[in-house]
Amino acid sequence: MFNLFKFASPASFYPLAGKLVTLFAIASVILLVIGLYMSFFVAPTDYKQGEGYRIMFIHVPAAWMSMFIYVVMACWAAAGMIWHTRLSSMMASALAPTGAMFTFLALWTGALWGKPMWGAWWVWDARLTSELILLFLYVGFMALESAIDDPRRAARASGLLALVGVINVPIIYYSVQWWNTLHQGSSIKVVKGGVETSMTEIMVWTLLIMTFACWFYTIAVALSRVRSIILERESDSSWVKEMLQGAKS
Amino acid sequence: MRDLTLAMRHRSDVLTTVFFFIIVVSLFPLGVGPEAQLLKEMAAGVVWVAALLASMLSLTRLFADDYHDGTLEQLLLVPQPLSLIVLGKVLAHWIISGLPLVLMSPLLGLQFGLEGDALIMLMLTLLLGTPVLSLVGSIGAALTLGLRGGGVLVSLLVLPLYIPVLIFGAGAVAANAAGMGAEGHLSLMGAILLLALVLAPWASAAALRISVE
Amino acid sequence: MDKGLLEIRELECVRGDRQLFSDLSFSLEAGTLLHVHGPNGSGKTTLLRAIAGLVLQESGEILWNGESSGKEKDEFNRELLYLGHHYGLKFELSGYENLKVFANLSGSDISEHEVEAALQRFGLAHCVELPVKVLSQGQKRRVALARLLLQSSKLWILDEPFVALDVAAVELLLEVIKTHVANGGMVILTTHQEVAVEVGSVQHLRLGQ
Repeated sequence: MFNLFKFASPASFYPLAGKLVTLFAIASVILLVIGLYMSFFVAPTDYKQGEGYRIMFIHVPAAWMSMFIYVVMACWAAAGMIWHTRLSSMMASALAPTGAMFTFLALWTGALWGKPMWGAWWVWDARLTSELILLFLYVGFMALESAIDDPRRAARASGLLALVGVINVPIIYYSVQWWNTLHQGSSIKVVKGGVETSMTEIMVWTLLIMTFACWFYTIAVALSRVRSIILERESDSSWVKEMLQGAKS
Repeated sequence: MRDLTLAMRHRSDVLTTVFFFIIVVSLFPLGVGPEAQLLKEMAAGVVWVAALLASMLSLTRLFADDYHDGTLEQLLLVPQPLSLIVLGKVLAHWIISGLPLVLMSPLLGLQFGLEGDALIMLMLTLLLGTPVLSLVGSIGAALTLGLRGGGVLVSLLVLPLYIPVLIFGAGAVAANAAGMGAEGHLSLMGAILLLALVLAPWASAAALRISVE
Repeated sequence: MDKGLLEIRELECVRGDRQLFSDLSFSLEAGTLLHVHGPNGSGKTTLLRAIAGLVLQESGEILWNGESSGKEKDEFNRELLYLGHHYGLKFELSGYENLKVFANLSGSDISEHEVEAALQRFGLAHCVELPVKVLSQGQKRRVALARLLLQSSKLWILDEPFVALDVAAVELLLEVIKTHVANGGMVILTTHQEVAVEVGSVQHLRLGQ
């Protein structure tokens, strides 16, 4: 293991992040190509849902990532609060847009999937509703961050919000589930659980590959965003000036 | 307490919140039509959503005055835990903005054709729920202190966090109406209230320290 | 009472993207006054707020009697009186009520008589019961300053305390500061006015150079 705290300083992290971005970007593209090929041509047609189910290979990874990223974001925010490391809060803010994008993607593909399966673009299902609320949480995080001019205050305030949010996520999730069972009569019974258990092995593999593709994509995008945030915030510091001068000459 | 005396000197604020609550609730029958059965089913949800909006309306005022005249700075420097001071302020906020809603709710419930038992349940859920709204809302108010467009932002931050209270609050009334016991809902709301009591003042205090800087 | 010692070690403060000062170290003993000089925007107010604990420093330490002031917050706050640009007064309340609120919050029990005496000393005897909002700027400042007489804090941090005061009030405030320093108190202040702050022992700190 390398020394984590050495890389906690933006100056030493910047070049490392640069290398990692390329690495993860390439890995993500490769996996994405394989994953998409498998999901469209290799994976068999589902006996119940026909070809339409293939959207699952984007939908499910996106939904997983959307929740996973929020938790990771909150962890970075917590780390930033505890150790006052600038890099941690930069990571948190770099992750937010990607998380929001995946949440939106999950909702959108969910709607596309829902139309042929349930006959409706939107049902007030527990998972859909929680996902929608998650989108609100992401939007709130980004709105707060962009509303504050002082980047230090922005990072700390939005970090605190992420922590408050992450405590609330399970409560929201269970309350939505509770709410849904109460209103079950009016909503359509969701068969998503059934799909997953009846999946063939090749489907599971495709799903995993797609998930990793999304994961690597997230890492690559977040890191490259962190790099630009670092440049922006540390534009006064000597190492950035040196580097920029080096680039010019 | 100091905040209460101050609030009494701004009596119109309390009235604004209450009237906002009444107006929002009264708009619903105008929007969906006067069928008694439909209104009766919607009543709890409508009253609850209106309570959410009304309590949010007054949130921005929670710390704003103290922030502008510098008393907030002084409160941060008092040799007492800031979270306790926040708790005091939230309590005052609830008494002037939450409690009146609780007291008004049976009247509005009557408008929607709710009867004795359901009215009591509605009041009870609001009694348990509105303090949570004030507590959770105080975090949002503290975070957005002194920002442009703070009012809109606060709703964006706080409303998603209000959802569990809304679900259990309106759910309790619905469950009660359907003849199922509402004890489950009520005890969950109590648990949320306790959790909010423990965590929210602390989070607001941290947010205030960030915002005053 | 503890002797009281404030120590600043390698303090660095940042505002927005700009570094205001870094590697700032000094210490202040009981019975001294620190006069912070510097042009506008040199970080005087930020330094004062950082010492008071209102602004989080980027790096460095602030020690009170050898303990980090951030960790022993209640202890430190008991010894601290900070008066900033804002008056920190509730305009709807009277001067008397305002002072009473502060006394209650800081846990000291103060009699009605003492509050009135403090207001009187600052020449506000006739407006004890008036709401602060009808007072003039200078009078508001005086109400805020009356706290100096009521709280037994050791360390006073005064950001531009002479603003809006007339000559007589400036004299009076200097007198109050002198007494405090002579009694072993500590004062940190900034001012742009040419005020001859001559007390027992004065340190000077120049920022922004």
